[in-house]
Amino acid sequence: MDIGSTFFYKYRRFVKTLKIYLLLAGPGLIVMLADNDAGGITTYTVTGAKYGYGLIWFLLLLLPVAYIVQEMTVRLGAVTKRGHAEAIFDAFGSFWGWFSFLDLALVNWLTLVTEFIGMTAALAIFHIPPVVTVVIVSIVMMLMVLQGKYWTWEKIAILFAALNIIYIPAAFLVHPSVGEVLRIGLVPHFPGGFTATLFFFLMANIGTTIAPWMIFFQQSAVVDKGMKEKDIPWGQVDTLIGSAFTVLVAIFLVVVTGTVLYGTEVESAAQAASIMMTTNPWLGTCIAIGLFNAGFLGAICISLASSWAFGEVFGWAHSLNLKIREAPWFYACYLFALITAGGVVLIPHAPLVLITLFVQVIAVTLLPAALVFLILLLNNEEIMGKYRNTTLQNIAGTAIVVAIIILSTLYGITTLFPELLT
Amino acid sequence: MVTIETVLGHRMGSVLRTWTDKITEINKKYETPRIRMSRGVRIALLFLRIYLILLVLLLGYKFWTLLT
Repeated sequence: MDIGSTFFYKYRRFVKTLKIYLLLAGPGLIVMLADNDAGGITTYTVTGAKYGYGLIWFLLLLLPVAYIVQEMTVRLGAVTKRGHAEAIFDAFGSFWGWFSFLDLALVNWLTLVTEFIGMTAALAIFHIPPVVTVVIVSIVMMLMVLQGKYWTWEKIAILFAALNIIYIPAAFLVHPSVGEVLRIGLVPHFPGGFTATLFFFLMANIGTTIAPWMIFFQQSAVVDKGMKEKDIPWGQVDTLIGSAFTVLVAIFLVVVTGTVLYGTEVESAAQAASIMMTTNPWLGTCIAIGLFNAGFLGAICISLASSWAFGEVFGWAHSLNLKIREAPWFYACYLFALITAGGVVLIPHAPLVLITLFVQVIAVTLLPAALVFLILLLNNEEIMGKYRNTTLQNIAGTAIVVAIIILSTLYGITTLFPELLT
Repeated sequence: MVTIETVLGHRMGSVLRTWTDKITEINKKYETPRIRMSRGVRIALLFLRIYLILLVLLLGYKFWTLLT
């Protein structure tokens, strides 16, 4: 074969592989980009403003963490054909089932409120009243699920997820010194020494990387998509690409705020966007759009994770492939979550800061259980067969789960008792 | 005999009855855990119980300090 033929053959093979990936891509990519939700974007914004490029190396470490945890949900969903809520009920009985399910419903609803807080704050920068944001977002989110096909929903969600990478061109707008980013960012160190505040920031960054809803969402999405055991490798690639993107987006956002706002006291992404609007409107617009999109992406995934869990536990029809008359309770749950969470944001003087803090504390009660159940299920030969965890996967998975449990617990406790940090 | 329907009225009572029946059905369906309760599983579940009790105590303490 001559060089031309070889090149053509390889090109066709690459295109074919890419087409298959684009058909199968979805749950991993969406969940990972939705991981950079309104809370996540705020965390990265504040991290960059506080420590500049100093913690970029730490964000890179979160790539394997996110991948290893989420990859397990792909295998579990593809093999058992059950969502995480149903899998817990089935394997561990009704006590742990109810605990996980009710905790998930509560933490998801509270997180949904924070997504609406992020979205309304972002669009308020463009003088759009919160009520308009809540109503339009709710309508768009309902239309997305009511078209009756999982595949269509997924591709629309991927389009929104793609907007998440707006922080990459935003980083080029601020002209950072690449040498400085690499020199400061890639060398592991603790800027200003290992202080209590720094520890809090490390915990916050880990806390935003793995959230309980992500485990439930991806497993249910894998089931709804109809992925089978043979699709697991594609699901793994999808999750890996998603993990890379989520970390990349986080790093670019840290570069933006580390360049423009380093040393400035910033409390939220919306505040950072407002500051940037005064100096560089393009940049401020990018940050605000990114924050809105992050909240929107988080909201569509979280509300779906809850609806799937309700359907699994109560035995209702629960698929995006079903019409509203075929799965009325599934869509009713989705709508109820949207309306109530959006409504809370519109209540004058609602304790929104308290809700944001409360989310972190409640999430800490669910995350360890969800992670421990994940490891136990993945080790069960009767359930997983040949797809159960290997020794290496167990070592990596257990180490990560233990680290996440310890750090997220400390994060929750310090949120509850901030005086411990002083 | 006092039933849910007599206390809450027929309409509300039957709605509540449907829900309680459904929850009872779920509890019955998942009465026996499918996973084999090996030593490792038992230790992990015990750890989770202790962890959750400690967290609830901490939350309770925080609530108490807020009140006082």
